[in-house]
Amino acid sequence: MAGSGKLHLRLDSDPLLIVQDLVVQYKVNRKSFVSAVAGISFDVLRGETLAIVGESGCGKSTLGKAILQLPRPQGGTVVLDGVDITALEGNDLRDVRPKVQMIFQDAISSLDPRLQVKNIIDEPLKVWKKGTAAERSIKVDNLLNSVGLDPVVVRDRRPYEFSGGQCQRISIARAIALDPVLLVCDEPVSALDVSIQAQILNLLQDMKEEFGLTLIFISHDLAVVKAVSTRVLVMYLGKICEMATPDDLYAHPAHHYSRALIAAVPIPNPEVGVDKIRVTGEPPSPVDPPTGCRFRTRCESASERCATEEPQLQEVGLGHFVACHHPVTN
Amino acid sequence: MNQLLKLADFSVSFATPRGNLHAVRGVDLVVAKGESIGIVGESGSGKTVLSRATMGLMPSTATCTGLVEFNGVPLSNLSRAEVRNYWGTGMAMIFQDPLTSLNPVRRIGSQLMEGLIVRLGMPKKQAQARAVELLERVRIPDPYAAMKKYPGELSGGMRQRIVIAIAIACTPELLFADEPTTALDVTVQAQVLELLAELRQEINMTMILVTHDLGVVAGQTDRVVVMYAGEIVETAATKDLFANMKMPYTEALMKSIPRLDQSSGQRLRVITGRLPDPTSPEPGCSFAPRCEYATDKCRAEKPPLVTTQTGHQYRCFFPIGGSL
Ligand SMILES: Nc1ncnc2c1ncn2[C@@H]1O[C@H](COP(=O)(O)OP(=O)(O)OP(=O)(O)O)[C@@H](O)[C@H]1O
Ligand SMILES: Nc1ncnc2c1ncn2[C@@H]1O[C@H](COP(=O)(O)OP(=O)(O)O)[C@@H](O)[C@H]1O
Ligand code: SF4
Ligand code: SF4
Ligand SMILES: [Mg+2]
Ligand SMILES: [Mg+2]
Repeated sequence: MAGSGKLHLRLDSDPLLIVQDLVVQYKVNRKSFVSAVAGISFDVLRGETLAIVGESGCGKSTLGKAILQLPRPQGGTVVLDGVDITALEGNDLRDVRPKVQMIFQDAISSLDPRLQVKNIIDEPLKVWKKGTAAERSIKVDNLLNSVGLDPVVVRDRRPYEFSGGQCQRISIARAIALDPVLLVCDEPVSALDVSIQAQILNLLQDMKEEFGLTLIFISHDLAVVKAVSTRVLVMYLGKICEMATPDDLYAHPAHHYSRALIAAVPIPNPEVGVDKIRVTGEPPSPVDPPTGCRFRTRCESASERCATEEPQLQEVGLGHFVACHHPVTN
Repeated sequence: MNQLLKLADFSVSFATPRGNLHAVRGVDLVVAKGESIGIVGESGSGKTVLSRATMGLMPSTATCTGLVEFNGVPLSNLSRAEVRNYWGTGMAMIFQDPLTSLNPVRRIGSQLMEGLIVRLGMPKKQAQARAVELLERVRIPDPYAAMKKYPGELSGGMRQRIVIAIAIACTPELLFADEPTTALDVTVQAQVLELLAELRQEINMTMILVTHDLGVVAGQTDRVVVMYAGEIVETAATKDLFANMKMPYTEALMKSIPRLDQSSGQRLRVITGRLPDPTSPEPGCSFAPRCEYATDKCRAEKPPLVTTQTGHQYRCFFPIGGSL
């Protein structure tokens, strides 16, 4: 199948996660499918924070969930710590599940409102039979302390008694309870107030260091991504456009879409004029994506070749990859 | 200065089971015709209540005191029904969530035409033509088709543009935009902001923009109002504020927000603690419990609003960079 290339994979560096040719389809009606993730390959090294950015509907959440095999992807492989989890079934798959955990944007509704906080965090420990009740209770308290909540105060309360930021702390405690190696964070701070955002972002950083985690950080906020990530993957309509370190990407975006996306972020400095590079319109429907380069319907530099030939990832700088026939030159 | 809106000692409180909740406290604000004002502050600081109360959009549990004067008319003396006459043509509002401010079971066209027919008394045919014009104005592709659609059939960005079209339908003099782009992608946000800026130019519309995005504030406003615990704690011309902020709260808020023009991998500054309980306001400076510069004086006494020669106002005993 027409992928977007794999030149950017660092297979000799023993990545924690290797995703190749991943395809996730949703049924639209009896006859047609939409490929929300349309042949994506990437890897994540141990200790990295890989950010996935792109407009609403481009497939970020779908990609994140497919790594956890929720639901199982229609094509491609996901290799975690040397094990191809797309090939696992039944108990074998169940056994690797604790290694990858996910947290969501809407923390409050992702927690069971009927349960007390201690039971919310204890639940995965209990299901996976991690220790006696007494041992688990100590672990729950330790986890609450780690995420900055006072166990004495919060143990017996229920999610609706907490603010969005506190609920996100609880869901982080729950996610790290089983000592995962990889944490997929889907817009973890998008629903939070600005003053709380920074606290949760710092907490994720602390958790990463304390528990040796590797992070996949899904976000549409490019400034947040710059602050937290070590590598950024830009997605458009189910495909990869560009991959680079945040400093590289923001200073020298090579894909026309990344460039427009970055230019659209308003700069908090009234002395700086508003940038005029604009993407007009909205992404086309993924049900019937454009041929060739999927961005061509909104790209000012599109040529005939862009309509017929899908661009493959090429290296334009050290560790900087772009899928474009006519990359932006700086 | 050609004054459009004036608030004087304006307060709003709500009767709640836990006592009186003071959402807006003693706000003084004068807005000139054509001005664009940004209101910033963390969630719960009273931004939305201030905007809605100015428009007379408050539930019966709310008590508003003080003066609201619009075009020289003291609205605070008018009845609810009389204030309503100002909606649409005088003042209009765009809310944060475009889904909840549109009626999901009515077609776009009928929602757009309502104001034109009810407020401006346009005949239906004319209202229809004007509605199509408005949709073109906010760059909805194929406006005739869009008129027949329901809100759920449009994307978030399109819906927010419809909401803007409805808000500007009767060419309001003053537009309140309460986080109009928070739910949108940056690309769509840029389009919506550009559209609002154009409209301001064209019909000399005055705008009060509530947002937590400092980039949006920097690019779209002439003056910034910083709210904390229901009060205005700092206000200044936008350039002046960014160059020379006086309130420790403003500084802390600005520093806690990740910026694209900072290098990656830096630990973010946080404002510890949270807003004071609005049912029992602090005796001294409301920011004192969270302020790194707070002294006993701050905790005991309320700092007065200081106005500098440039019109920069702040409410702090120990302003950053010293008092002027
Ligand atoms: N359960 C589903 N059934 C059918 N289509 C779906 C389903 N979930 C997602 N899609 C479609 O798949 C595409 C990708 O959706 P996804 O939720 O992954 O996007 P996203 O990048 O996470 O967007 P956002 O930024 O809005 O969260 C979209 O076109 C969406 O409409
Ligand atoms: N209808 C209401 N009844 C009681 N309290 C309210 C109501 N609306 C808002 N409040 C309270 O008023 C304060 C200010 O709220 P709001 O103006 O919505 O803040 P912001 O828009 O700055 O986030 C908050 O404490 C909020 O809980
Ligand atoms: S491949 Fe062509 S259409 Fe796609 S981004 Fe590059 S120039 Fe634009
Ligand atoms: S008055 Fe005191 S507590 Fe309040 S902001 Fe100024 S220094 Fe801080
Ligand atoms: Mg998503
Ligand atoms: Mg609000």
